[in-house]
Amino acid sequence: MIFQSFKMAWKAITSNKMRSFLTMLGIIIGVFALVVLVSLVSGTTTSVTDTISSLGTNMLSVTISDDKGKPYKLDDLNEIAEDPEIDQVAAIGQSSMTASSSSTEETATVYGTTSAYQSIQGLELEHGRWLKSVDVNNHTYVAVISASTAEDILGSTDVVGENIKLDGMSFEVIGVLADDDEDDSSALLGSSYDIYIPYTTLVRLSNSVSTSITTFYVSATSDETLDDAESALEAMLLERFDDDEDAYTIYNQSTIMDVMSSVTSMLSLLLGGIAAISLLVGGIGIMNIMLVSVTERTREIGIRKAIGASRGSIMTQFLIEALVVSLMGCCIGIGLSWVAIQIVNQVGGTSYGLAGNVVAVAVVFSLLVGLVFGLYPANKAAKKKPIDALRYTG
Amino acid sequence: MIVLEDVTKRYIMGDTEVLALDHANLHIRQGEFVSIVGPSGSGKSTMMNIIGCLDVADEGRYLLDGQPIEQYSENQLAKIRNQKIGFVFQNFNLIGNLTAWENVELPLIYQRMPKKQRAELVERALDMVQLGKRANHKPNELSGGQQQRVAIARAIAARPSLFLADEPTGNLDSKTGQEIMELFHELHRQGSTIVLITHSESVARQAARSVHILDGHVTEVTL
Repeated sequence: MIFQSFKMAWKAITSNKMRSFLTMLGIIIGVFALVVLVSLVSGTTTSVTDTISSLGTNMLSVTISDDKGKPYKLDDLNEIAEDPEIDQVAAIGQSSMTASSSSTEETATVYGTTSAYQSIQGLELEHGRWLKSVDVNNHTYVAVISASTAEDILGSTDVVGENIKLDGMSFEVIGVLADDDEDDSSALLGSSYDIYIPYTTLVRLSNSVSTSITTFYVSATSDETLDDAESALEAMLLERFDDDEDAYTIYNQSTIMDVMSSVTSMLSLLLGGIAAISLLVGGIGIMNIMLVSVTERTREIGIRKAIGASRGSIMTQFLIEALVVSLMGCCIGIGLSWVAIQIVNQVGGTSYGLAGNVVAVAVVFSLLVGLVFGLYPANKAAKKKPIDALRYTG
Repeated sequence: MIVLEDVTKRYIMGDTEVLALDHANLHIRQGEFVSIVGPSGSGKSTMMNIIGCLDVADEGRYLLDGQPIEQYSENQLAKIRNQKIGFVFQNFNLIGNLTAWENVELPLIYQRMPKKQRAELVERALDMVQLGKRANHKPNELSGGQQQRVAIARAIAARPSLFLADEPTGNLDSKTGQEIMELFHELHRQGSTIVLITHSESVARQAARSVHILDGHVTEVTL
């Protein structure tokens, strides 16, 4: 009987192709929006999460918001590094500057840091060397630049020994970072020309960075001892800042991940919600057309009832018709989403895929939409009295 | 087989009540060919609706094969119509987007008959009305007479105990109409019970027995 109902539904749908297609369009667009948006967001989330975890899991980041008159200086950081649980400590300051060569000029993010930063962050060098303690102590004008900075501003990556100007001051390039294939994340986090210079040099150039350190990175001796390192660090900070927990914040990998995932799941929900609304509108379109169709086919319903169709079979027939329309729309929508994502991948060189859970949500949601919005018209059809329906002249 | 006892049916039309059937009595035996004749507005259609279990009487009793129809629910009535009654309507009432074959098959689908058995019955029914070759045509590709034959085949396929025809020749020219009437005679010869509703005396005369209906009252007549 169900199979027969499918057959009847298919006949009804194909006998009015244009109308059926237009009815489906609402669902197609809704599913398309839902699947594409959520897939892109979750794909981005994955690549960002990967980037974050590639930063190393034995790293802590400390931000000081209130130094209570006892700010950390570079020398104080060395004391922290003496703790047995803590491996290395690197101060970081950040400023935006204009990086220029004789031919080009770009806005770059300039980091002032120390020699430990490289191993804490796991940065790899393509050419040259990293900053040394000597550079930091002597306020030298040397810079390590990222591969994209080297290529876009100086024209090649092999530029060790050449000069680059930061806000007009000339720096000698001593190292070029390896290109770590980070196009996805840098596109999301804001494309950057990254330049690293000694912390002390940045203090001289920038108004916003002073010898009082507000942010520094700490690495634990191993991944397993990260928690111990964190508590050791916490003890030191509490002691220095008079037991005021609000004076500083320690971020570890998982807090960053948590923030990231809460942001992206919020984004997924928001975009998904908007797409779901368009699916709902598609459902109303189905209901609208089904109601017209029930009225148009009043006579058919009368005939079917006269020759023995029960309420249930009429109900099933129209309900399945609504379901088939919404499910077909859903399948076409998913197909189109796949195509769209392939195009995005081709154009953007990314590797997004259909998010399985959102496809499942789309299917379930379309089924629900078909069911809910098909129920009323189907019931209306089933309730028609055979004599009235037979007498109907449309 | 059909027993109507004091059947009364009222309709409300605007603010007046119309008595479509007024204590009508009728007995039809198994295998009879009966015509019900009356002018329009006489209550013929109401009679047909009640006999065909499309509508239920307000008062009185209706027994079809001994079953008290007036007590049945809507779905039970649908089942009775499906299994016991073969309708033939004036305007054929075929479903437009189904082929002749599918139209004939429809009551059997509602009987939940397996596919193989359905195919057998449909083929036999279409052969009987000599439309085996046009099985895959849709109603709008068939002439009026052919459409009516499809409708009769649809009734035959369901193997009903009663054929109920409402002005089956009303929309056909007299020659085609006569061909249709021949089919009913053939069904009658095979032992089926046939009730023919018409306003035409010449059609009614072909039945073995005629019943007149006027203003909701039933009178036996012999033509």
